[in-house]
Amino acid sequence: MIAEARPGPWRPYCAIVSARFRMLLQYRSAAIAGLFTQAFFGLTLIMIYEAFYRSAAVSARPMAFAQIVSYVWLAQALLAMLPNVDADVRAMVRSGAIAYELCRPVDLYSLWYARAVAHRTAPTMLRAAPMAVFAAIGLPLLGLGEWRLAPPASLAAGAGFAVALVCALALACAISVLINISLLWTVSGDGIVMLVATAVSLLSGLVVPLPLLPDWAQPILRWLPFAALADLPFRIYSGHIAVGSVAVVLGRQLAWTAALVALGRWLIGRGMRRMVVQGG
Amino acid sequence: MPQIVVEGLVKTFQVAERTPGLWGAVRGLARRRYRTVRALDGVSFSIERGELVGYIGPNGAGKSTTVKALSGILVPDAGRCEVAGRVPWTQRIAHVAEIGVVFGQRTQLWWDLPVVESFELLRDIYRVPQARYARARDTMIERLDLAALLDVPVRQLSLGQRMRCDLAAALLHAPAILFLDEPTIGLDAVSKLAVRDFIKQLNRDEGVTVILTTHDMDDIEALCTRVMVIASGKILSDGPLAELRARVTRERWLTVDLVDAAAAIEEADATVIRRDGHRVCLAFDPQVVAPAELIRRLTSHHAIRDLFVENPPIETIVARLYAAHGAPDGAGAL
Repeated sequence: MIAEARPGPWRPYCAIVSARFRMLLQYRSAAIAGLFTQAFFGLTLIMIYEAFYRSAAVSARPMAFAQIVSYVWLAQALLAMLPNVDADVRAMVRSGAIAYELCRPVDLYSLWYARAVAHRTAPTMLRAAPMAVFAAIGLPLLGLGEWRLAPPASLAAGAGFAVALVCALALACAISVLINISLLWTVSGDGIVMLVATAVSLLSGLVVPLPLLPDWAQPILRWLPFAALADLPFRIYSGHIAVGSVAVVLGRQLAWTAALVALGRWLIGRGMRRMVVQGG
Repeated sequence: MPQIVVEGLVKTFQVAERTPGLWGAVRGLARRRYRTVRALDGVSFSIERGELVGYIGPNGAGKSTTVKALSGILVPDAGRCEVAGRVPWTQRIAHVAEIGVVFGQRTQLWWDLPVVESFELLRDIYRVPQARYARARDTMIERLDLAALLDVPVRQLSLGQRMRCDLAAALLHAPAILFLDEPTIGLDAVSKLAVRDFIKQLNRDEGVTVILTTHDMDDIEALCTRVMVIASGKILSDGPLAELRARVTRERWLTVDLVDAAAAIEEADATVIRRDGHRVCLAFDPQVVAPAELIRRLTSHHAIRDLFVENPPIETIVARLYAAHGAPDGAGAL
């Protein structure tokens, strides 16, 4: 009999991603409820922007109305992709079951990154497609063609958007892991989680498209990593960022990802050394 | 060379001291006082391959801290520790691949998944080849009687069922050493027996080294050839159960059922430690008075229905040991 080969070193991480993925896909009712809420929010936002655009002078518009509309719909469709705490990790840190996580023969940072990938992609996939169908096909059928999600500005813009979205996911996961690591210090972590969630949704463009924020804020927003999560990819999609500048966007996304992964790896080593596993 | 060597292990924790009440909480925001707790205060022992060691002590004595240091998830402040030639916390990944761990109060199974899917996940995480996994899984299913549980989501299992599944989960990668932290806590009598039988068989047939922390002295009596007692971060006693008994007390107990519940018992070489209607329990030292002699004296003065001689329960022995060393809450822990 030939001895069976030991599975490859990537196996544990793939297994975690696929298990979490399957589990998260079970939350269909949450996804449907979310879909209604987000459709409502999207429509409300668009109506507000339309009112603004009707009343403001033409020269004061940093984005075309159609670009704002697609920005709003993309934000609603991809909401779940933004960095957030991993509820499983939070529960483990609280209960002390984190001890088991440390007893696994795997690299803890990679394991948590794999978890983050599953947590960011599974709900996004459940929501993005129906949201896009509603916004791109449903609204015109309802006679609201003005408010529909238009196709990308060009084929190249669409391709650039797709690549930038993947890079945004990589960055979102790196930030998510940092939030998880903070739990090793704070244990409950509710404060940090709420702070980061609010900051991320404001600074990434989820609340208001970033080009609409005041001029003095623009250099700050440009130097923070959060615009690369949502704002930049969305503007590539609508042609607000020219195809020629896509490479710059990707470069920023990848540089931020590399820097935050390095930071996370350093912090997780320190966090493990000082951690007190809760209980008994 | 022993499989596990621990020498002079020290671990201290900083615990924030809070003054009770609202004012205390407010003051705590401004200035916090810390108290240093020595969870391990120079712990040393060594364990040979294939031993089944019980590790007991009151709450907060340092049992779990020791287990966490041995399993590589806690870095001690000082001291040496080698498990199968490796330092657990510096070679964590290689180390944990060869140990199994069960923390009785927590599960390592995935709450929302059927049991068998948790097993498959662990197979992937430990990179166990499929054929080896299938053999290990089938053995566990048979020995722990898991066949009916495999497709049940973990959250629906009873505590006893969950513990059996957790034991199986800790052994799928065929570890040479198994750490069990209170594996019978909260279990009913039947589940306890099942878990004990399984641990015993595993140790005897596969030669797996087992280190077991527990508050349940029946676990110790049923399983362990060797007992280590820890209190306040120090090892108080280490050896076979009989030796521990002999060290603490030579005392035996004689329980008699009297015909006359009101009869007064006067006996110079024995003391009445308990009296409950017809039943009287006397403690005596067999080197002062032989059991046969004591029984003869009692039966000559009183009408007796029944009697038996026994060793004091291990709980009593351990409680005395804790008390002798001024352990903080020795009695409360039992």
